[in-house]
Amino acid sequence: MSATLLHTPLHERHVELGARMVPFAGWEMPVQYDGVIPEHRAVRTDAGVFDVSHMGELEVEGPRARDLLQGALSNDLDKLEPGQAQYTLLTNEDGGIIDDLIAYRVGECSYLLVVNASNRENAYAWLKEREIRGSDVRDVSDDCALLAVQGPRAIERLGLPPARPFTFAEASIDGVEVMVNRTGYTGEEGCELLCMSEDAVRLWDAVLERGAVPCGLGARDTLRLEVCYPLHGNDIGPETDAISAGLGWACALDKDFAGVEVLRRVKADGPERRLVAFVMEEKAIPRPGMPIEAGGEVTSGSHSPMLEVGIGLGYVPAAAAKPDTELTIDVRGRPRRARVVKKPIYKRED
Amino acid sequence: MAAAESYPDDLKYHEEHDWARVEGDEAVLGITWFAADALGELVHFEPPEVGSTVTKDQSYGEIESVKAVSDVIAPLSGEVLEVNEQVVGAPETVNEDPYGNGWLLRIRVADPGETDALLDVGAYRELLASQ
Repeated sequence: MSATLLHTPLHERHVELGARMVPFAGWEMPVQYDGVIPEHRAVRTDAGVFDVSHMGELEVEGPRARDLLQGALSNDLDKLEPGQAQYTLLTNEDGGIIDDLIAYRVGECSYLLVVNASNRENAYAWLKEREIRGSDVRDVSDDCALLAVQGPRAIERLGLPPARPFTFAEASIDGVEVMVNRTGYTGEEGCELLCMSEDAVRLWDAVLERGAVPCGLGARDTLRLEVCYPLHGNDIGPETDAISAGLGWACALDKDFAGVEVLRRVKADGPERRLVAFVMEEKAIPRPGMPIEAGGEVTSGSHSPMLEVGIGLGYVPAAAAKPDTELTIDVRGRPRRARVVKKPIYKRED
Repeated sequence: MAAAESYPDDLKYHEEHDWARVEGDEAVLGITWFAADALGELVHFEPPEVGSTVTKDQSYGEIESVKAVSDVIAPLSGEVLEVNEQVVGAPETVNEDPYGNGWLLRIRVADPGETDALLDVGAYRELLASQ
């Protein structure tokens, strides 16, 4: 199997650093270098760098690129000026989530979508089928490398000026031309650096030289879970709707897009179940698939390196979704108490 | 800090990467450096109750890292006399000192003859080399 796994341009660097490599969405990716917990803490206290070059990049261009995307994506694309980005969902006719992604308005008639590695083909095919005259969808993932540099000192270490979240600009970092996106998946300040594949090694070396700690997918998962960012394939998917998942804020229900009628109805009736965040009250680590006694199940669960307790996300009946509601989770046959908490689970005390 | 790789000469090993230190009719059980390293930083130990019985080659508890859950296999059968509460409170102790402070259980050995089926350090190292 391993012969068929894809490698990012930084594969050799990961191996040299002693990373533990694992298969992920068809790629061989570093899950950790020194350990999930020290990497996680580096991002919360200083700066860490993740190779996320497995993610997909789709370019959508043309005078009607906006029309194509406005009908396919849940958020209101017209809120974006060139140089701005937004979190948005690619939805199916049932209101299910084909992918969650970030849309960047690169120019008047030009957009870049950064999609999940596991959904790259689906997202591309979905948009390609719906292409209209005057819009062109291209998968440029193979030309691109993406490094997420995250943490309270990330921007300072990279020598970048401050900028608002969800904006982007071109810059040069130690001689490498990059697109600096003020986005991320950790809940920390920082950016995601998009560069040409052939420049990836030079950029990686420069970012490490500037003191960012190499971090793997393990820490990426615990970081996003602490701040309750959903993971497509776990917490959201083609069978789940945005309203139940708590992503109504990313849905412009006053415009037309695939599945909007379903979402309007769920919103009007109130969802039957909701994706909640919870913290274990007893020693136990929740894991995806564990049943929740009130009905529903855990969709993401792990140990929180900052809070040092088990934390998770899961769907529960709407009546059990209020903060402070006690839940019982079936941990391999053992009932363990948890408490619903307001999202995010972790927030830095300033 | 995680310990450096080591396999003490005075222990008996089980092929599921568990060790036993036999002391008279009692034994102390734990997991090997290899097992702890493969799992990564341990964050939870779900032990059996004191007074319960563990059975050779069967799971007596679970140990978890951030990413993974693993059964802990008993190298010997016997009654649980003591659970290492230091590991329950601070599971990373196993990564730091797998054969010392990171022990998991103390048992009363039910059948001393079972020890003969365990590996000595040489055989265990050969097993690791072959994997």
